[in-house]
Amino acid sequence: MSKPAAALTHTGPKDYQGAKLGMWIFLFTELLLFGGLFILYSSYRAIYPHDFHEGGRHLNVVLGVVNTVFLLTSSLTVAVSISALRKGNRRLTLQCLGATIVLGILFLANKYIEWSEEIRRGIYPNGPELEKLPNGEKIFYGLYYSMTGLHGLHVLAGVVVLTVMLAFVIKNRVTAADYVKLENAGLYWHLVDVIWIFLLPMLYLAA
Amino acid sequence: MTNSAAGSVPVARGYLEQGKRKGIPGWLLSTDHKRIGVLYLGTMLTFFFVAVLIGVLMRIEQLTLNPPLFAAQTYNAFFTLHGVIMIFLFVLPGLSAVFGNFFLPIMIGAEDVAFPRLNLASWYFFITGALLAVVALFTGNGPPDTGWTFYAPFSIRTGTNVTLGVFAAFVLGFSSILTGLNFITTVHRMRAPGMHWHRMPLFIWSLYATAWIQVLATPILGITLLLVIAERLFGIGVFDPAKGGDPILYQHLFWIYSHPAVYIMIVPAMGAISEIIPTFAHRTIFGYKAIAYSSMAIAALGSLVWGHHMFTSGMADQANAVFSLLTFLVAVPSAIKVFNWTATLYKGSIELKPAMLYALTFIFLFAIGGLTGVIQGALNVNVHLHDTYWIVGHFHYVMFGGTGVGFLAALLYWFPKMFGKMYNQTMAVVAWFPIFIGFNIFYFTMLVLGYMGMPRRYFTHLPQYHEAHVIASIGAFIMVFGLLLFFGNLLAALWKGKTAEANPWGGVTLEWQTSSPPPLENFETRPEIHGRPYAFNPETNR
Amino acid sequence: MEPAQEHSPISPYQTLVQVWLVLLLLTAILVFVSTKYHEALSVWAMLTLTPLKAGLVFYYFMHLKYEKPFLKTMVLIAIAALLIFIGLTFLDILQR
Repeated sequence: MSKPAAALTHTGPKDYQGAKLGMWIFLFTELLLFGGLFILYSSYRAIYPHDFHEGGRHLNVVLGVVNTVFLLTSSLTVAVSISALRKGNRRLTLQCLGATIVLGILFLANKYIEWSEEIRRGIYPNGPELEKLPNGEKIFYGLYYSMTGLHGLHVLAGVVVLTVMLAFVIKNRVTAADYVKLENAGLYWHLVDVIWIFLLPMLYLAA
Repeated sequence: MTNSAAGSVPVARGYLEQGKRKGIPGWLLSTDHKRIGVLYLGTMLTFFFVAVLIGVLMRIEQLTLNPPLFAAQTYNAFFTLHGVIMIFLFVLPGLSAVFGNFFLPIMIGAEDVAFPRLNLASWYFFITGALLAVVALFTGNGPPDTGWTFYAPFSIRTGTNVTLGVFAAFVLGFSSILTGLNFITTVHRMRAPGMHWHRMPLFIWSLYATAWIQVLATPILGITLLLVIAERLFGIGVFDPAKGGDPILYQHLFWIYSHPAVYIMIVPAMGAISEIIPTFAHRTIFGYKAIAYSSMAIAALGSLVWGHHMFTSGMADQANAVFSLLTFLVAVPSAIKVFNWTATLYKGSIELKPAMLYALTFIFLFAIGGLTGVIQGALNVNVHLHDTYWIVGHFHYVMFGGTGVGFLAALLYWFPKMFGKMYNQTMAVVAWFPIFIGFNIFYFTMLVLGYMGMPRRYFTHLPQYHEAHVIASIGAFIMVFGLLLFFGNLLAALWKGKTAEANPWGGVTLEWQTSSPPPLENFETRPEIHGRPYAFNPETNR
Repeated sequence: MEPAQEHSPISPYQTLVQVWLVLLLLTAILVFVSTKYHEALSVWAMLTLTPLKAGLVFYYFMHLKYEKPFLKTMVLIAIAALLIFIGLTFLDILQR
């Protein structure tokens, strides 16, 4: 009837559902973290509708869409990698994980190009060109750099985590029987994708 | 009442001596939730007394009128530090970090929390944030002078160490978030067989509701603080009027977290009271579900009222009115608890042990604090009371008379279980007198001062307020004397106290079914639950 | 806690690819509408299509379709919290 306490612990058999629940709760905190920026964005958009419209004009829509394609595809590849692992197809798992990481790095490279161009043109907080623009556009760019910057940091963190997962799969520390770490990494990556799904229209398509 | 199988053979000194490592590493690297709870207790009380000291200095400043003892800038730093330390390093972690960590797993019959290593990480975030705050005191242009609320645009413009101070608060936020995440997962996944949701002790319900606030509200503060740093370092403009930013939006973001934060502070204390009252009334709690659900209701409704901190900020009239109405509503679930606790006492067999005395004190002081809150929630009244000593009196009644006294009550209740020693109960009651009398002389006078128009955060005051300030300061010193008696008593018990039994109070929740102090794995054999909680009289089920 | 834990069904490759194609299509529509049309229409497109895209990612990529109801409820609560924060802030913003 009553088992010795030591036999029913989490130093022993792992709690798959618990680990996943923990990750989901962490994702809620990320949602609310970016949510604060969404509150600011929506408020300022209501205050400066014209300036936000104008602000979007200076952004490179093509690069924004390219980045969207990168991230959407990387979500596909990481989801496929999990299915592949569970089905026992290790080769496909590693290929897709690798592709996800590459797409993440491409996203970051693209973002670097974008920011470099905008900074070169003087459109950054306290920068010469931005100083000439109306206040609403200053706010727009303040939010642009904050949101894409915070998002970019999360992409970088995700790339690092996924690389660690790649190593784990290679070393068989993540397997078809015990894959929750990879699944959790995937969940994190998908949330990073969801944030970008919102950032694209908010920033690039505002014009 | 006492389970004869539990604690009859003391296992050395339980978790205090068991563990993978010995000595200091055994404490600093332990993932045992009980040790982590004790780590929080020791560090939090240290910070508490530092903040008390600063508070005493503030009261001395108000005693010395011509000339004041400290310069204005110094006083600004004092009230900022007093607030930051008390709120972020004591009241916010509060009963969750100490008693939640120690007792949540035990009270649901689990061996530890869901993520023990993350739990230890929470404490390290706490200490790191605290150390960063200390560094902010002594570097750069000196400690922040913005008040703990860091309002823009002053927080953007001031030369003091706001960037580092705000970053310290950001780091502390992680501690809170990770604890909340851990507790939610633990309650969902690790209850013992038979421990249905409606058989959980009410302290667990309160920790669960609090954990949701920690998880959903704290990130908003996180981003707000990061944005203040980005403003100061890069000039992004979102809070800077010179660039079109709106300082009122700063206040919105700040209070979207900081109002629910006060429920993070009070709900676990209410949970502890819900444990103490039935035990010393020897009667089941009245309205278990009402209390359980009211904790969730407070968490939900409490997230909707933040605008009541901003009535005089320039917010639109309609928003003012809606927030005022919602503020009145949020008083209801708290009042439900007060009614239920009182009803529990009715026809109970009341034993006025120290924990019970302090628990009843909680109800009295919290009621005053809550009622003053409803008063200042009225728009017309708020215009006169905002930023006066009335507000300071109000929040000390709820945060100190509420959470603080609740913390003291919980300590008196659970100290024997945690440390296996019994303190001098007479001394605990003796300490109560200066604490209670001093508290009310101090903070009730503040309510009067505020009503008379004395503004808060002023390093000096007009002569007409001086008499009241003297009375308040005397009350403060009496109260602090009582606190020293209280904690001196407990410290002495740690060294010289008699060994405590497994169940000195006759409690019926799971923590009393194991030894004092508990063994490393919490229980010799895993408990199974077969009936309601708080069943003091199985025949009548009361 | 059950010793033998339930694991949800494995997402078929075909489903994942289909969802990906729909996401690309929705993105194309969004870009097209916003570059060619009047602002009001593009704002509506953004307000409907963007949550739809996010919902697809949650439901299929993040496997929410196969999760227990309590987790779905939690996700809704988190989103609702954010929407309420925005909404109540707007009570102020829109009147000033």
